[in-house]
Amino acid sequence: MDNFSTLIGGIAGDGINEAGLTVARLFSRLGYHIYMYYDYPSLIRGGHNFSIVRASRQKIAAHMDQIDVLVALNQETVEKHKSRLKDSSFVIYDADKVKLDDTMHKGFGLTITQILKEATAPAVMKNSCIIGGYCKVVGIDWSVLEDVLKKHIPKMLELNMQVARQGYDQATEFCHIDSRADRADSHLEKQTEEPIITGNQAISLGLIKAGLGAYVAYPMTPSSSVLDFMAKFGPEFGIKVIHPESEIAVMLMAQGFAYAGVKAAVGTSGGGFCLMTEGLSLAGMAEMPVVVVMAQRTGPSTGLPTYTAQGDLHFVLNAGQGEFPRFIVAPGDAEEAYYWAGVALNLAWKYQVPSFILTDKTVSESQYSFDIDLAGDLRGELKEQAQQAPLLWDGRGEYKRYRYTDTGVSPLVFPPQKGQVIKTDSYTHDEGGITSEDPQITRETSDKRQRKGQFLAAELERYETVKVFGNEKSKIALLCWGSNKGVCMEAALKLGLRVIFVQVLSPFPERKLKSALLGVERLLAVECNSTGQLARLVGFYGIKIQTQDLILKYDGRPFSVEDLLAQLGRALA
Amino acid sequence: MNMNPKDLATTAKNSWCPGCGNFSIMSAMRMVLAELDSQGFPVENVVLVSGIGCHAKIVDYMNVNSFYSIHGRTLPAASAIKIANPDLKVICFSGDGDSLAEGLDHLIFAAKRNIDLTMILHDNRVYGLTTGQYTPTSPQGFKGKSTPSGTSEHPLNPLELMLVSGASYIARGYTHGIEQLQKLFKEAILHKGFSFVDVLQVCVSYNNLYESYNKWTYTVQGNDASSFEEAQKIIRSWNYDRSEVPIPLGKFYQIEAERFDQSFPEYRQNLSERDSKIKTLLENFI
Repeated sequence: MDNFSTLIGGIAGDGINEAGLTVARLFSRLGYHIYMYYDYPSLIRGGHNFSIVRASRQKIAAHMDQIDVLVALNQETVEKHKSRLKDSSFVIYDADKVKLDDTMHKGFGLTITQILKEATAPAVMKNSCIIGGYCKVVGIDWSVLEDVLKKHIPKMLELNMQVARQGYDQATEFCHIDSRADRADSHLEKQTEEPIITGNQAISLGLIKAGLGAYVAYPMTPSSSVLDFMAKFGPEFGIKVIHPESEIAVMLMAQGFAYAGVKAAVGTSGGGFCLMTEGLSLAGMAEMPVVVVMAQRTGPSTGLPTYTAQGDLHFVLNAGQGEFPRFIVAPGDAEEAYYWAGVALNLAWKYQVPSFILTDKTVSESQYSFDIDLAGDLRGELKEQAQQAPLLWDGRGEYKRYRYTDTGVSPLVFPPQKGQVIKTDSYTHDEGGITSEDPQITRETSDKRQRKGQFLAAELERYETVKVFGNEKSKIALLCWGSNKGVCMEAALKLGLRVIFVQVLSPFPERKLKSALLGVERLLAVECNSTGQLARLVGFYGIKIQTQDLILKYDGRPFSVEDLLAQLGRALA
Repeated sequence: MNMNPKDLATTAKNSWCPGCGNFSIMSAMRMVLAELDSQGFPVENVVLVSGIGCHAKIVDYMNVNSFYSIHGRTLPAASAIKIANPDLKVICFSGDGDSLAEGLDHLIFAAKRNIDLTMILHDNRVYGLTTGQYTPTSPQGFKGKSTPSGTSEHPLNPLELMLVSGASYIARGYTHGIEQLQKLFKEAILHKGFSFVDVLQVCVSYNNLYESYNKWTYTVQGNDASSFEEAQKIIRSWNYDRSEVPIPLGKFYQIEAERFDQSFPEYRQNLSERDSKIKTLLENFI
């Protein structure tokens, strides 16, 4: 079994995300790589939620439309998703809530209400019950589920186990998911079980690893889970976590921290980032290092709060009045999110610039099997970078916060410093940080800031800012960024195409992109927006993409593998 | 060796109008910081934070650590500086437009958190740098460039707002009383918690109230500053409108209360320890 997809659906409040994670953990224990897409509307109770858990022998970062098993806690789940069923698919459902008229597919109805009643278990435990039944259906050993439940059920474990076992015993086996032990070539695989984390959790860990000292954010989907994670685990690392009155305060607090020598990051989505832009421009002028986790969702305005988009690339590239350099990276999976979050923090401090980790709902909230060793290889690369440490003042002579240097980077020091003053300023200022309207100083300080951008760009030449996947000899290539990496890789593999993944978007890796494009005769841009924002960006560098070669999805949902294959099929026909 | 307040000057050319009340605020603050320096509160531990407006230029003229922020945004930057390093004394200078219009949310939240910061409000009741518009403390009927027939709004009483929001030190001074300003500034800086000093600062160019203030201001005597009710009564006795009533000056309120800045873990920078902790943490996600 190379690929197996399970869809679990119910109403908000049913714990669909958690149920999906349980299924993901089962497969992870059997030696599969996981990708889980979680779809939910913006409400607390009711509405339709579903998780698609895809397990694969290969590392994946995309979901498929077609599913092997549908787990339905209500009728709506069946109605909405029956079109995803293959002839060979199976449906397991709550027999008290769901009528399966569909004679095409095999199914099993669990008497969940009765099981819970007999066990005097609360209604929330229907999840455990149906997952118990699910394990039997797909032939996963009871002991595997027992292990997952023991590890992840925080309270009333015994009762949960009891109703899960009832579900397991009642259901009938439909197929058998082979485990690592069943596979002849299993010695080629990694033997340890991998954690399953979201992109936002990976970003949090990457920031922590690189020395984060403070995280400041106002909640906004799909960035809030960074705040939640930091608030829960940050104190163990000595990280100060603040949820203040607004994103305006957030952005200013980050700079107060930077001024005092504490590495800070903030997180938001488009609307909150609008409020941060005046502070972002301050960071540009005052040369304050700050990391912004900017998780895109469907806009404009409130848009679709819990759905995805890649609509803010040019907003982030250009946000803030005036001209100043910035670093922008858009990771495509959990390992990249972890690695680049650390790099983003380090580069922000090395060049005293704002640094962005640009994600979307898909990367931020999807669950991935996370291989820290893979990200660890990247860390090896990180070590050989001629140190990403910030430039600190040597303590000699009079300190000037904005001292002119060849690279434009002025040495940092933090208060208190006896006999020295440290002055930072939102106005145009001289080397000492005192306001000036002098034309020469205005020009010199502008040059100083731009110089930092040039040295940052030069340093990035040593990084994998552009990646090439798939058939590297193909004359047809897919151009993508952020969350579309995974789906493009799979589609390209099927169609024999090349994938060019632009990971760093500012300073723009023009030279690397052009070398990745050598031999490409046709370039198709795959993006989750309605205008082709990366296509427009590469256009500035003379790379033209025809309108018919824009493969765009802007309905708030990520591309599935089938989606993309179908659209590419039409474009390439 | 005692510090001379003159040591706290910079070479920046001063651009305040002659007779501006800001000079008094700056002189008083230099004297207080020099005095505190010789009393064991070294000046290098002080960070000044200003917004944007005439008031804000003060940081260019003071040879002290400073963060010259943007309009309305002194307090969030100042809060983080304090939380980052609790040994620092962080003093904000802000204007009535700066803190009561653009940045009002930050002011209320700083008071609500009772964070250990000092806010000096240069309350000239007019926008000076943009040459004369009404502010949240301008009296009803104020004829400014944006309200040529007189504003129809009544002013806000910032001290009343600070009292109900949770500020734990509240005082008012006047730029014609520099000794009182020194006393209040010193008390406010040494106070543990959010201290707010409203300074009636005369703007000689756009809102010259010397005559009115000289006539109506008086210093409160013998008040019980620990009493919320008494403070409220004094604060409400003048509402910033044009009515001709006595204007109280002095310390109105001071209590001890829990502080937001006390609730943070100490920063630990051991990266290899972090590496192993991350690996342990990840085990929860298997």
